Amino acid sequence: MEHLHSDLVELRQKLLTMASLAEVSVNQAVRALIDRDYDLAMQVHNSDHLIDRLEMEIDDASIHLLAKAPLAGDLRFVMVAMKISHNLERVGDEATKIAKRARELCQEPPVKMQLDFPRLTSLALDSLKSALDAFVHRDSAAARAIIPRDRQIDALNREINELLADFMVAHPEAVHRCLNLTVISKSLERIADHAKNMAEDVVYLCEAQDIRHSRIPPPSGAPDPLTAG
Amino acid sequence: MAQIVLPKVTIPASSSVTSTAPGNELIGIHNLSLFYGNARALKDISLSIRERLVTAFIGPSGCGKSTLLRCLNRMNDLIDGVRIEGGVHIGGHNINDPDVDVIELRKRVGMVFQKSNPFPKSIYDNVAYGLRLQGMKARSDLDAAVEVSLSAAALWDEVKDRLHGSALGLSGGQQQRLCIARAIAVKPEIILMDEPASALDPIATSRIEDLILELKKNFTIVIVTHNMQQAARVSDHTAFFYMGELVEFGATSKIFTSPGQKRTEDYVTGRFG
Amino acid sequence: MKASLDELSRPSRHFRTVRFDFVSFFFTGLTGLATFLILAILAVILANILFNGLPGLSWRFVSTIPKKDFFDPATTGVLPMIIGTTFRVLVMTLFVIPVGVTTAVYLTEYAPASALVTRIIRAAVNNLAGVPSIVFGLFGLGFFINFLGRNLDALLHNPGPVWGQPALIWASLTLAVMTLPVVIVATEESLKAIPPGLREASLALGATKLETILKIVLPQALPGILTGGILAVSRAAGEVAPILFTGVAYYMASLPHRLNDQFMDLGYHVFVLSTQSPDIEKTRSILFATVVVLLLLTFTLNFVAVLIRSRVRKKLRSLA
Repeated sequence: MEHLHSDLVELRQKLLTMASLAEVSVNQAVRALIDRDYDLAMQVHNSDHLIDRLEMEIDDASIHLLAKAPLAGDLRFVMVAMKISHNLERVGDEATKIAKRARELCQEPPVKMQLDFPRLTSLALDSLKSALDAFVHRDSAAARAIIPRDRQIDALNREINELLADFMVAHPEAVHRCLNLTVISKSLERIADHAKNMAEDVVYLCEAQDIRHSRIPPPSGAPDPLTAG
Repeated sequence: MAQIVLPKVTIPASSSVTSTAPGNELIGIHNLSLFYGNARALKDISLSIRERLVTAFIGPSGCGKSTLLRCLNRMNDLIDGVRIEGGVHIGGHNINDPDVDVIELRKRVGMVFQKSNPFPKSIYDNVAYGLRLQGMKARSDLDAAVEVSLSAAALWDEVKDRLHGSALGLSGGQQQRLCIARAIAVKPEIILMDEPASALDPIATSRIEDLILELKKNFTIVIVTHNMQQAARVSDHTAFFYMGELVEFGATSKIFTSPGQKRTEDYVTGRFG
Repeated sequence: MKASLDELSRPSRHFRTVRFDFVSFFFTGLTGLATFLILAILAVILANILFNGLPGLSWRFVSTIPKKDFFDPATTGVLPMIIGTTFRVLVMTLFVIPVGVTTAVYLTEYAPASALVTRIIRAAVNNLAGVPSIVFGLFGLGFFINFLGRNLDALLHNPGPVWGQPALIWASLTLAVMTLPVVIVATEESLKAIPPGLREASLALGATKLETILKIVLPQALPGILTGGILAVSRAAGEVAPILFTGVAYYMASLPHRLNDQFMDLGYHVFVLSTQSPDIEKTRSILFATVVVLLLLTFTLNFVAVLIRSRVRKKLRSLA
């Protein structure tokens, strides 16, 4: 099964490339926002197609691999590869959105208000990095640790939204800029969501446990011959 | 397709086992070891085969899966110098006891071999062979039984117009289905299959697999296969053997998506064997 | 010199000129010559026999029971010899086939391969095949006639020797013992040729070993058994030494019709004609005619057996 194993190694390489591209895009988008760097924001926009193309390549490679009927850990890896690539593609899209809004904000004076954007961006970036590291190192425990943090990020996003809403009512001339900030906040929250999804996929890859949608019990499958009857 | 109605489970008359529901244990293997002279081919095997389910034995060549299969109908008795320790209990009775009638056992536990071996007789006579051994003589009875068996083996439509033609004139896949019809004609409870499709092309293989899934409604099936995807397709439980030992036994879906033992994972993903 | 891939793939220049392969031609010629030689020898022998024998052959010749003076071509006949030879071969077959097949079945299907008894039996069979035929004749005299026959007479309180003398039965039994190895070996070979899968399939269906042998193995082995029979018949028909002391007679006035009758024999008659004849020139034609009859009889017996065998084979192959 040598050809299968080398195909798996290639697939993993593609995923790692895509992951680092996505991570770089998000970092650059946030940097462009903070530094009000128009050119950096354009760079993010221009390199999004690379991420999209990798998603297609990974899907294609995965289908070809499935035709070779991998089993056990290999089978789980191919499934997870397809899911992670979709998540990474969405992360790339969110980074592009952030970059676009950042470009618009550059062209206007900065909004004068206290927003905990730095904490939101660092939490989101941290979640993304942790999820990708957990995938690279197949670290199930680290992946599990990411999941509860998502609540925090959701709460922070809501908080920022409320503050922005109040500010918009008080300062109608800043509506355009506030809306952009709202969108950016939402994107960052979505990036963290995708990181959580990828973390759940990593747990499935390592432990063969499906921990998504924790309120629903997992499906039961065939009866275990050693315990049933 | 005609249904085969089974009588209740009644292994040698002394036992008082009643009919078991699907999923209950039918074959209990307890600490089974097998020796060829001084060489130990099976090491302390214990596993439980459930009624009316398909159990697959997988493992690399020489791991003992075929040897274990042949223990279940005592075909290993035919080899000189074989010694068995431990027990194989079918329906609660140890089949290695000296008072067990091996001939009766083999009527209850049928076998299909890797290389199809139809007798050089007509198709009809092949299927009727086992029945005639048991004393069935009336032409009408034999006709009916032959039709039921061939139908259950998904072969009736193809051969009904040439029942008295030679069995050797059939294709490989048809011959194997004939061997299956021959085996089920005597209404065994258990069918043992030793790599039944390994000599067949993919289409014939897939027909045999469909047949297995259909047969499992009425028979308990144990299949040895070196094709893991086949085991994944047809079986409910899978046992993985390595060098005479049982490494892992569990639900097929689990064995092939997330096995518990590293050796199982390595074998199933092709890292060895 | 390094050969580049291009050179290797370019067709050789010497493609067209086929060099004459002397060695192949030589060996082909040699084997052809050998075949021709054998056929030529056979043809010469047959031609000689037929040329000399056919003139003396007639319907009267094969249907007449001769008087004591059977050297006269005008009055002689070979009917008793034909009957005698045929009977002894048939009775031999009745004994040798069952015993031979049973022995072969035991050796192949039942005997453990490594046991001492098995090896002794096999050695005995092999050695039996090498015993000169005259020794069988002496054995037949000593064992069948002097021991079995005399004791049988004693048991039956016969006034005079009824069984304790040369007879058709004892000659046939002697021939049976002689041809036993042939039948055993032929049967064993055909049993071994049956794939073990067939036996396994039968046993797996709940048949006993005996049922498997009777229903599957022996029917399949029948052509091989018949081959053994054909070989036995061919050998026995022409053998004279084993019957010399055990049953053949110089002259019998009537045809043999009981198992303890003596009989006349074609092969023995040839010997008698060529050594006892007062006028060899006159007898020559009868001599060769008798040989022709013997050959014809042997061919006929063989032919019938081969016919039976080919029908059995056809039946095994296609059961339409």
